[in-house]
Amino acid sequence: MKSLKAELHIHTVLSPCATLEMLPPFIVERALQTNTHLIAITDHNSSANVPAVIQAAAGTELTVLPGIELTTAEEIHCVCLFDTYAQLFELQSIVDSNLPDILNNPDYFGLQLIVDSEGNYVDTDPRLLSNATHLTIGEAQQHVLRLGGLFIPAHVNREENGLLPRLGGVPPELNLSIMEIFNISKSEAIRQYPFLKDFHLIPSSDAHDLEAIKGIVHIEMDDISVSAL
Amino acid sequence: MFTLQTILDKIPLKVLTEPVNYSEIEISSGYASDLLSCVMTGAKADGIWVTLIANINIVAVASLLELPAIIITENAQPDAATIARANQEGIVLLSTEAGSYQVVGKLWQLGITDTDPSG
Repeated sequence: MKSLKAELHIHTVLSPCATLEMLPPFIVERALQTNTHLIAITDHNSSANVPAVIQAAAGTELTVLPGIELTTAEEIHCVCLFDTYAQLFELQSIVDSNLPDILNNPDYFGLQLIVDSEGNYVDTDPRLLSNATHLTIGEAQQHVLRLGGLFIPAHVNREENGLLPRLGGVPPELNLSIMEIFNISKSEAIRQYPFLKDFHLIPSSDAHDLEAIKGIVHIEMDDISVSAL
Repeated sequence: MFTLQTILDKIPLKVLTEPVNYSEIEISSGYASDLLSCVMTGAKADGIWVTLIANINIVAVASLLELPAIIITENAQPDAATIARANQEGIVLLSTEAGSYQVVGKLWQLGITDTDPSG
């Protein structure tokens, strides 16, 4: 059993709210500096920078899980993690067809940059990626599970886009097992929401800048994979 | 056409942003929703938005859609960064203990409906 530090919720420059330093080589460098050996890249509703980060980490001790932070129709953020980019790619096409046709205005929401593994500019995603998709949380979860991924409602205790303030509780029909908590210890989360004791709670930095990456999740696993998680 | 001053005269609301000349701000219609994605497609320019969301995203959405004022209901409190951003963008943030249903009712009674009378 290996013990390792992880960050399972990291944004790149593709997320309008992330800082411009969130480029593949810097993310990899910062993760290794903080002894973090497993990260997941989870931009809002887009996975376009995932391959660049995987490539930037090639040959290092860092494993990069392909991921996305999907916004459901209820405006709940959910982290979706996969073993392979091919699985994520399939989810992406479903997200694309469910994202409203509204363009981003970088002056109000920020830039959405697609970059290569060295951090060079490649393209700009014109769509408003922070927008809610037409997928309900139940539909989103079904797609992710069908594709073999892990579905984790993000920062469930956060007023902004968190599951608990949004829905007022955990819908039992979702059969959720893992939830991400933000800026709060597990014991404090359970004190505030006693029913959370029945779930695996993982902390998250929801990293939008490099300093936030510090390996906040401690995991013990045999092999590094989504199924092992 | 109504101005924001008319609304402030008739409905008790606390102004959270820096004072400006409210009689110069025209309000043509109103919209209420707590889902940003709905506001993005449903609110009309120059409309007043009634919501209980108090986070910074409301300012970005209001700026984008040219909504001059937001009434934040049920005493939800925006943080300092949200108020600062609203000042910067020229969006007036208003607060009330009343619920959205009540506020919308009062606005409608004043004659501010969901459609712009000037078309």
